[in-house]
Amino acid sequence: MLLVPCPNCGPRNSTDLRYGGESHARPDPNDASPAEWRAYLYLRDNPAGWLRENWYCASGCRRWFSVERNTATNEFREPPLPGDKRGGAA
Amino acid sequence: MTMSRQGVQPNEVIDRSTKLRFRWNGKRFSGFEGDTIASALAASGEQIFSRSMKYHRPRGILTADYWDPNLMVQVGDDPNVRAGHRLLEGGMDVRSQNAWPSLNRDIKAANRFLGRFLTAGFYYKTFMRPQWLWPTYERVLATFAPGGKIDLDTPHAYHDKRYTHPDVVVAGAGPAGIEAALAASSAGASVLLVEHEHAVGGHLRYSSDAADQADLAELRAALEASDIEVLTNSTMTGRYEDNWLGIVQRNHPVAVERLIKARAKTLVVAPGLIERPYVFEGNDRPGVITSGAARRLVNLWGIKPGERAVVFSANAEGDAAAADLERVGTEIAAVIDGRAGGRISSTTGSSRAVEAVMVAGPNGAQRIEADVLVVAAGWTAPTSLLNMAGDRPVYDPAAARFFPSDPPSIVLATGGLAGDGDLDGLRRHGADTGRLAASRAAAVRHRLQARTARAAPVNGDEPAWAPDERPPLGRDPHPELYRADTHGMVDMSEDISSKDLVAAAHEGYDSVELAKRYTTATMGPSQGKLETVNTVAAIAEARGETISEVGTTVWRPPFAPITLGALAGRMFEPVRVSSIHPWHEANNVSVIQAGQWLRPDHYGDPQAEVRNVRRNVGLIDVTPLGKLDLRGPDVPKLLSLLYVNKWMKLGIGRVRYGMMCAEDGVVLDDGVTGRLGEDHYMMSTTSSGAGGVWEWVENWLQTERPDWQVHVTPVTTAYASINVAGPKSRELMSRVCEGVGLDAEAFPYMTVRDATVAGVTGCFMWRIGFTGELSFELHVPAGHGLHVWEALMEAGSDLGVGPFGLEGQRIMRLEKGHFIVGQDTDGLTLGPSTGMGSLIKLDKDDFAGKPELAWAADRSLPMVVAIQPDDPDVVPEEAAQIVRGDTNEILGRITSSRHSPTLNRSICLGQVEPDLAAGGTKLTVLLESGERISATVIDHHAHFDPAGERLRG
Repeated sequence: MLLVPCPNCGPRNSTDLRYGGESHARPDPNDASPAEWRAYLYLRDNPAGWLRENWYCASGCRRWFSVERNTATNEFREPPLPGDKRGGAA
Repeated sequence: MTMSRQGVQPNEVIDRSTKLRFRWNGKRFSGFEGDTIASALAASGEQIFSRSMKYHRPRGILTADYWDPNLMVQVGDDPNVRAGHRLLEGGMDVRSQNAWPSLNRDIKAANRFLGRFLTAGFYYKTFMRPQWLWPTYERVLATFAPGGKIDLDTPHAYHDKRYTHPDVVVAGAGPAGIEAALAASSAGASVLLVEHEHAVGGHLRYSSDAADQADLAELRAALEASDIEVLTNSTMTGRYEDNWLGIVQRNHPVAVERLIKARAKTLVVAPGLIERPYVFEGNDRPGVITSGAARRLVNLWGIKPGERAVVFSANAEGDAAAADLERVGTEIAAVIDGRAGGRISSTTGSSRAVEAVMVAGPNGAQRIEADVLVVAAGWTAPTSLLNMAGDRPVYDPAAARFFPSDPPSIVLATGGLAGDGDLDGLRRHGADTGRLAASRAAAVRHRLQARTARAAPVNGDEPAWAPDERPPLGRDPHPELYRADTHGMVDMSEDISSKDLVAAAHEGYDSVELAKRYTTATMGPSQGKLETVNTVAAIAEARGETISEVGTTVWRPPFAPITLGALAGRMFEPVRVSSIHPWHEANNVSVIQAGQWLRPDHYGDPQAEVRNVRRNVGLIDVTPLGKLDLRGPDVPKLLSLLYVNKWMKLGIGRVRYGMMCAEDGVVLDDGVTGRLGEDHYMMSTTSSGAGGVWEWVENWLQTERPDWQVHVTPVTTAYASINVAGPKSRELMSRVCEGVGLDAEAFPYMTVRDATVAGVTGCFMWRIGFTGELSFELHVPAGHGLHVWEALMEAGSDLGVGPFGLEGQRIMRLEKGHFIVGQDTDGLTLGPSTGMGSLIKLDKDDFAGKPELAWAADRSLPMVVAIQPDDPDVVPEEAAQIVRGDTNEILGRITSSRHSPTLNRSICLGQVEPDLAAGGTKLTVLLESGERISATVIDHHAHFDPAGERLRG
């Protein structure tokens, strides 16, 4: 079972967390075209490699956080500092 | 071949002073403490232990250990017990499997004459057509399925679970594994050593060599003196991401089995080698045994495997087996040396016993009379745990086996899996591996701790990652011996011969993964431990390629079969009940499970409960209702963002209903939120949505609006919640409440008040009406829930107060036309479809799902409507389809239906196509029985009191 690095609780079993999926920026709800909004809802890059994704420390500190994971090796990069705003992978 | 017990052997594991009596197919037998079931039977002269799966050929001992495919038996109500591994117990009732009417006379043995028809893919090819006959085929074939009998009345045994976090876990307690454990422990690591067999020692256990025994004694003593936790008769079944390990412990003093989930910082894989059978004609005839079987029989249990033996030996173990046999008085008719080019060709004899061995020679086959053939043809490296770690082992033709390739740096192989050497060499490699494992474990531990903000601070820098500087083990040359010049059984569990595999390859199933699935080779109880490499070799031969070119199958978890009991184990999912639950239990409650909660469904007669609420007053325990305490100046903005309606001007003491939609516009949850103070709100959610909404709120606050000042506290279980409903509820509440006016002016509909109830301070209550009645929903500090409930019951006894459960509440909300998220809506139901479209305020700047709801406003959508069957006595099933006339064209479905005791008729909610949503529309409902009934859409969701006079009263 994957160990997911929560910035508060440290590495925890992935079953302690909720997977929030690929990070993606929310379009302006008053400007977005249907295509843009539905891309936000449904379309994911799903790369074989580095992916910025969100996790929720559901059984621990209850923090939502973003982290980069290599989907081919399950290696994590150091989690960003708490308070990071969700946004598109740069 | 008749085996028999001989004199005391120096390293035997039996206690000859303790005799154990048991039954085998109804007859009396005995063995000794320390015997396996198979060794006890063999010592008593039994030769046939089972019938093979397809051809029902008589089968005897092959390997005499856990993997022996021929030793599956039934013990009492326990099917598929491995008699080669399970220790004998007094009073066991052991029976053979897969034989009828008896092991000695098995009618299905006639199948063996059909051998040339029962080829690979026989079932696929034969039972395909005609398709309508399949149910018959299935019934007949089921009687041919192998395996024991499951007794459905078997009592549930106690299975346990355990979680552990050792630094180093060692799989396999042979000499290398023990040394690895000792070295890691000496280096300061916490170590768990797991051994599949009943005792540590690996191959040293069945060695007769005095030096080996001295080494084993030394290793055992060192283990005893260490603080290493040793688990014998326990199997590591899987290795998962980041060294998450599954271990089934079978030697627990209390639990039948215990599933251990271990998170190891480093894993040492030291399973040793498994002896590989050889493929030749008659290789499954009773009397053909592996050299390991011969050594175990002689040295562990003092059993002489036969009177006259041929030994086919291609390695030192084979030579040692010959010496063992000689010592217990078996005549060695010949030793055929595989290293020098000697080859055996076949065995001859009856179906039940070897009579002679045919040895290939320059002048044709030579016949040597013997009743036992010992075969030492080579080794299979059980690389399963490495496979599971992502390694792809590589075949070395010079050593005739697979070796690890490049496992992750936290997984280290040692022992026979890693190479060959003398005992000192193996021990040295094990110790080197243990030190490396401990060093890397320390680095992993440091890293894990350093990344945990609230853990104890780590001392100093992370230790350097130790390089792998272990001097590698050598590789002994070994002839590649897979198949003789004849064909024979490759997979004895599944009755697959080398001919079958060649035929499969010629039919086009020439990749190992395809051939395996087509023929089922490697898929039986031995799970490839004995037959995988021979399968690969047969395919390679058919393709005219090498084993390296063909490659092997990937071993996946579990390493050995796990019982469902062990997997299910002990339940760690909490069962939640409210603080009022003891009262329910004392009052004839019928409970219903809702998520983790046990809730009162009814107390005997839900219809009567409804009538009592409508006439008098009733109490329902609604504690599981989700409650989020929201505080801070930005709460109104949060509510406006999450609900579709407006919240900026909710006054103190007011309560409002809100609907939440997800970003795709689909209804997510609903409930009321009240403003308790200037910056203090209480949000209620559906019971099932409590956890999800909390996450949803946290997600918005933490990721999209981190600058907002809102503090969220889930208080679902901090309060016991009681809904007091019915025309006499105000009278009842007035008898228990202090300091709060209850009349319609002081405490109107959709408001909230703090209160002291039955002497309990810190309560709040709101006037809402899910049931459609005048009602007060009380939220009491949880510890006082039972007290307040009992006080209400007592105070209202003359008012006819009674409890009602979820079922009564569901009937009343249906009478009132209140939809339930997830019952009357589904994963595609957009906000406006609920009929609450007027709640959605698109002029708000932003809220969850706004764009979708804006676009939906221009479309016609399926609608939730109230429906009444024209025949008031017919209650259609929930999920019954609404169809067009006599066709099966689906136009909607019934989502809720009940008999209404208030209206004395059937009532429903349903979802219908947009053009059927108008009041008065006639519908056709298709019942499960096939009958079609007519029904009518009514003007309003409320079947009862559409004006809402009762709840506002």
